[in-house]
Amino acid sequence: MPVLVYTENAEGKFKKSTFEAVSYARAIADQNNTNLVAISIGDVSNDQLTALGKYGAEKVLNVSNAKLKNFINQAYASVIADAAKKEGADIVVLSNSFSGRGLAPRVGVKLQAGVADGAVALPEQTGGKFTVKKTAFSGKAFAIVELTSANKVISLTPNSYKVVEKGGAATVEDYATEGNASDFKAIIKEIVRSTDKVSLPDADIVVSAGRGLKGPENWGMIEELAGLLGAALACSKPVSDAGWRPHSEHVGQTGIAVSPNLYIAIGISGAIQHLAGVSSSKVIVVINKDPEAPFFKVADFGIVGDAFEVVPKLIAAVKEYKASA
Amino acid sequence: MKILVCISNVPDTTTKITFTDNNTQFNNNGVQFILNPYDEIALARAIELTDGDNGSVTVINIGEASTEPTIRKALAIGATDAVRVNAKAHDAWYVASQVAAYVKANPYDLILTGRESIDYNGSKVASMLGELLDLPSVSIIKKLDIDGDNITIEREIEGGKEVLTIPLPIVAGAAEGVAEPKIPNMRGIMSARTKPLTVIEPVGVKTLSEIISYETPAPRGQVKLIAADDPAKLVDLLHDEARVI
Ligand SMILES: Cc1cc2nc3c(=O)[nH]c(=O)nc-3n(C[C@H](O)[C@H](O)[C@H](O)COP(=O)(O)OP(=O)(O)OC[C@H]3O[C@@H](n4cnc5c(N)ncnc54)[C@H](O)[C@@H]3O)c2cc1C
Ligand SMILES: Nc1ncnc2c1ncn2[C@@H]1O[C@H](COP(=O)(O)O)[C@@H](O)[C@H]1O
Repeated sequence: MPVLVYTENAEGKFKKSTFEAVSYARAIADQNNTNLVAISIGDVSNDQLTALGKYGAEKVLNVSNAKLKNFINQAYASVIADAAKKEGADIVVLSNSFSGRGLAPRVGVKLQAGVADGAVALPEQTGGKFTVKKTAFSGKAFAIVELTSANKVISLTPNSYKVVEKGGAATVEDYATEGNASDFKAIIKEIVRSTDKVSLPDADIVVSAGRGLKGPENWGMIEELAGLLGAALACSKPVSDAGWRPHSEHVGQTGIAVSPNLYIAIGISGAIQHLAGVSSSKVIVVINKDPEAPFFKVADFGIVGDAFEVVPKLIAAVKEYKASA
Repeated sequence: MKILVCISNVPDTTTKITFTDNNTQFNNNGVQFILNPYDEIALARAIELTDGDNGSVTVINIGEASTEPTIRKALAIGATDAVRVNAKAHDAWYVASQVAAYVKANPYDLILTGRESIDYNGSKVASMLGELLDLPSVSIIKKLDIDGDNITIEREIEGGKEVLTIPLPIVAGAAEGVAEPKIPNMRGIMSARTKPLTVIEPVGVKTLSEIISYETPAPRGQVKLIAADDPAKLVDLLHDEARVI
């Protein structure tokens, strides 16, 4: 039985998290000596669909029906669950993106499948057990979940599995479907994307600043540093509460959870609720003038110093590094 | 307008998380349990929406008798009445199945959950409930307004937002921005004691998943400190040692 992976796109383009999901699903297919089928819904070019082969998909089902161009979780869930049945797939993989979170549980119910949400590693399949590791307690622990049902749905946490390029082209098949008429009750009025910025949940590098910055007028250097590193911007909760920065940049337990390769925290104390959203970052750098700031306890690299002196020097050092690279 | 708010009873945000029995059980010894912060947001919005329209807000919890203080807190904040399904919340599928069984017998115009419970962080109950009830669902919402028989919702997407209009009833998971949590006043606390709290027995549900153990993250090594006047050293370390730039 093949593995089915849903390949999410944003305005017709696949994202890094999608390639991660395909690579991850490929590895699961390999565990089971089976094929990987991808399903794409929306308006995606043939070149991009074929290129999914690079990440290990043998076949791509392409749903390009105009009715299904924009994401409606109810309709997409029907299409994906039907495709799983048609292909005889017993494992469905998705990305635990914002849309994926509204989709995976619905696909799970349709397939009577246990759902492992926010997986952070490949499943283990030993002794007839199928277990998946996922984050729990707001990043303070992991839970090992056994999926005891015949069908299984896994949503993969972005940035937790490396993209693997194995080469090869996938065959693309048009998959004609309308979805159920009753699935289209929701109507999308507006989609707003701030395209000029790196999207926070997908970012490889995040530059984040807190109340230590004193006021919104001091964010110029933070933006400059982020720009140089190709990083997304983030902030602590009090910063967005005070309106210094938009709420969409607020990370932590009540904001966005991120797990980039590099998280740079500037003038943030490291309260437990803040750490809840950032502690699964691979490498953490903390810049804080207080050597006792709790953030240093979870940091890999730290600079004890005044942000207003350190950050400009860091910017200069990054520029120099870029010039020499 | 009749609104149902699903509430969960979770360890306080600052709790140190530990496990017992060879890391197979969550150690709730000495842990303070609270109303899930996102459910507080959902409840606050439900109270605002029914204010002055003869509506009602019912809260429902799947839990054992030990969750009743949290249910009473929701009543003190302003819920009209409460239902407790007398069972341990096995997982999101179990919870959603219980709520769905209740809603099939007792329809509501709007069903709210939190975007996620801060213990298992599943973000699953709202979508599973939508599927079980064949209703639209939106799992993480930032804004919610009612306009006659329709609801307008703003949801977060990577790097932006999306605005949706959906005819009621629907299921939605509230996140920050939907409302400010409400603090119970004295009158609320007094009246909470006498508001109806109905206990019902669970329906049978086939289990699909099981948590078999827990792990705590590997502690990070000692922080490597770099002199404040030498950020170039940091750049070198990030490039050569950590290989992240
Ligand atoms: C239920 C709940 C949920 C919460 N959710 C979140 C959440 O999701 N995200 C979140 O971030 N917070 C959250 N909080 C708030 C959290 O507890 C902290 O209050 C918050 O993270 C502190 O933000 P901060 O570090 O920016 O500010 P502060 O705690 O004020 O820290 C500022 C830091 O900057 C340093 N500093 C000052 N001046 C300088 C300088 N010139 N140079 C360098 N360093 C300097 C100080 O030493 C200090 O460490 C939540 C709280 C609760 C109760
Ligand atoms: N035991 C429970 N009883 C009632 N509602 C619950 C329970 N557990 C979770 N929920 C609801 O489902 C939401 C999402 O939970 P989860 O899917 O576990 O992240 C929570 O914010 C609650 O609104």
